[in-house]
Amino acid sequence: MYLSTVSRPRTEPPSVDTGRSGRRFALVSGNVVALGAVSLITDVSAEMVTAVLPLYLVLGLQLSPLAFGVVDGVYTGATALLRVVGGFVADRIRRRKLVAGFGYALSAVAKIGLLLAGRSVPLIGAVIAVDRLGKGVRSAPRDALITASTPPESLGRAFGVHRTMDSVGAFLGPLVAMAVLLAVGRSYDAVFVTSFCVAALAVVVLVLFVRERPSQPPAGEPAAGDAPSPTDQADGAAGEDADGGKVAVREVFGLLRDRPARRLVTAAVLLGLATVGDGFVYLLLQRRENVDLSWFPLFAVGTSLVYLLLATPIGLLADRIGRLPVVLGGYAALGVTYLLLAGPVAGWPLLVLALTLYGVFYAATDGVLIALAGPVLPARLRTTGIALVQSGQALAYLVSSVLFGLGWQAWGPENAAGVAAVAVAAVLLVTVLLLAPAYRPVTRKVS
Amino acid sequence: MTTMSTRAKVGVAAASAVLLGAVAAGYAAVAAEPAGSPAPPAAAGVGAVTLEPGPRLLTVTDRHVASVAAADPAGPRTVSNLECLRVYAAAGTGVCLGPENAWSYQVVVLDSALRPRQSVAIPGLPNRARVSASGRMISWTTFVGGDSYTASGFSTRTGILDTRSGTTVTSLEGFAVTRDGKPYRSADVNYWGVTFTADDNVFYATMSTGGKRYLVRGDLAARKVETLKENVECPSLSPDGTRLAFKQAIDADPQRGWRLSVLDLAAMRVTPTAETTSVDDQAAWLDAETLAYTLRQDDGRPDVWAVPADGSGAPRLLVPNAESPSPLT
Repeated sequence: MYLSTVSRPRTEPPSVDTGRSGRRFALVSGNVVALGAVSLITDVSAEMVTAVLPLYLVLGLQLSPLAFGVVDGVYTGATALLRVVGGFVADRIRRRKLVAGFGYALSAVAKIGLLLAGRSVPLIGAVIAVDRLGKGVRSAPRDALITASTPPESLGRAFGVHRTMDSVGAFLGPLVAMAVLLAVGRSYDAVFVTSFCVAALAVVVLVLFVRERPSQPPAGEPAAGDAPSPTDQADGAAGEDADGGKVAVREVFGLLRDRPARRLVTAAVLLGLATVGDGFVYLLLQRRENVDLSWFPLFAVGTSLVYLLLATPIGLLADRIGRLPVVLGGYAALGVTYLLLAGPVAGWPLLVLALTLYGVFYAATDGVLIALAGPVLPARLRTTGIALVQSGQALAYLVSSVLFGLGWQAWGPENAAGVAAVAVAAVLLVTVLLLAPAYRPVTRKVS
Repeated sequence: MTTMSTRAKVGVAAASAVLLGAVAAGYAAVAAEPAGSPAPPAAAGVGAVTLEPGPRLLTVTDRHVASVAAADPAGPRTVSNLECLRVYAAAGTGVCLGPENAWSYQVVVLDSALRPRQSVAIPGLPNRARVSASGRMISWTTFVGGDSYTASGFSTRTGILDTRSGTTVTSLEGFAVTRDGKPYRSADVNYWGVTFTADDNVFYATMSTGGKRYLVRGDLAARKVETLKENVECPSLSPDGTRLAFKQAIDADPQRGWRLSVLDLAAMRVTPTAETTSVDDQAAWLDAETLAYTLRQDDGRPDVWAVPADGSGAPRLLVPNAESPSPLT
């Protein structure tokens, strides 16, 4: 583990060095690689803790962890609200890197907080909340930075590469945690300290290598001054916002009155409503196939593996054929996944097909939706807009989970999955009607 | 910062990585616990722990199965080499929830000389274990993380093994549920804390759904359960089969802790015990009148306590530095 911690900076910073990366990483800009590296390292840190937290709570502290899920909905709501506030602040002070860095630092500090919380259940709950708050605050400014660092026609691949690096970190995290535990035995606090050190390294990389503005902007972009990000030039709607002045709260409401942005946020919420949650999907698969319970965690591993492998190729595809078709294709894959859970296919084909399609869904929607959103949102309010899209999805997701739970009670799991598939189809149709008019020029231009 | 050359930035990043790596390595070196399974405590005698019925009390001491004389529970204890996180025994049969390897745990059925007779791999982390009074039925509960639909939540898995027929139920979640007289199903149904009646078929357990926790009576052969009462967790049937010791969430809110209480099954009347500290355990009946349970000190170290089951008297410390009590009946 120490090897990987120590050697990472030696291998990664050169990749963000524009001098050399210009040839080696022609796929995306140095800033995107730097943000990807920060996400990778942060995810190693986060997943280390996720892997060990149950062990720590149950065997280390001898706590009853069932009490932890109760306030989940409240946290999700608070995180969603604060994400929008964070996005707005980033737009207002025009420092997305600072706000993102604050989010990363908050999560790093939370790792130490876990050590200091001791056996106090409310304190542990508060620390977990701070960790999630950090995650909520950083994602919108980070995605806004990726958008600003990338020419509009390459956004799909930029988000694809970023999400791939992010998932690689999520894959490495549990392995690093296991390595630490092999070295130290049941001293879970050593895992938290290591996790903190890894997270702190990510903050260092962010401070050193991520730029608020790309140093080599695309043609026509002034290198300094208060001018907004380079994609403005390609974004007709944003041109009029290029004049100075601080972003005001009323502009956020103005953003929601702006037709393309409003339609985008509406579509994001609707798509979120059609997504019932990983837990349900895996639980249904396990029950239908009566898979041994010890294999259960591998469902999530399989899905992430597909996501990891396909995020970049699908991002490239999105740049070629258009992002809207790819997002719609992703949700179609989700609908087919739900149909499989309800339908006649059984055995290993069901498991492989369902998990693959579920991974395709994530690869085709998570980053690509933000790539789709970026050019539509005015540059002045882009971080706020991305935060609105992400928060809208998160809240909708919470609602759909509750609804699916009720559907399961009323109609049984298979029928509920069938209804979810129908809901995906309906939402897909509405999304096409909402977004196709606004996006046709964009997709034509990039294809 | 913006004026730093790329080489300087790489240097700073490398130096930070070395420094942070050193901090992590240094902390790990200090915090590491000695490799391998910890040896039984030196102060105690190592010897043959047996599950033969007798006036002794079985516990877990420093993760190892141990026994003490019922007449002198704080006195000298016999510690075995068997590593368990939770143990229980009846009629010469034992159950141990212990490590299978560094990452997973298993249920091991023990004979009276603590020799493994059978083992079942279990998902998640050990929580509860019971053997029916006849020694025939084994049950267990584990915590599993992350498969509830709240994503970050925990849930439980409860299984049952019939040592006579060899039948294993890896999760009660497939059983038909009758709630308040009506058929019921939900994705969030969870079970924990099984206790068997004398017929080795009917059992009591806790079922949780929709944020409420119910006492259920189950029928293993018929694969069904029905709810009897709300806010009853971790039931433990008295030797005469008339009462259930259980933990009752204060004001029905588990976040506020649990009161160890006793339910009279004929009258469905609840009597709180004199133990006012929150008890998070499935209590064991030492005899017809006395309950034993684990309490933890602020730093997490366990002690076994006892309290009269009829609500009278006061709790007393039974076995210091031990957990998971079980009479050897």
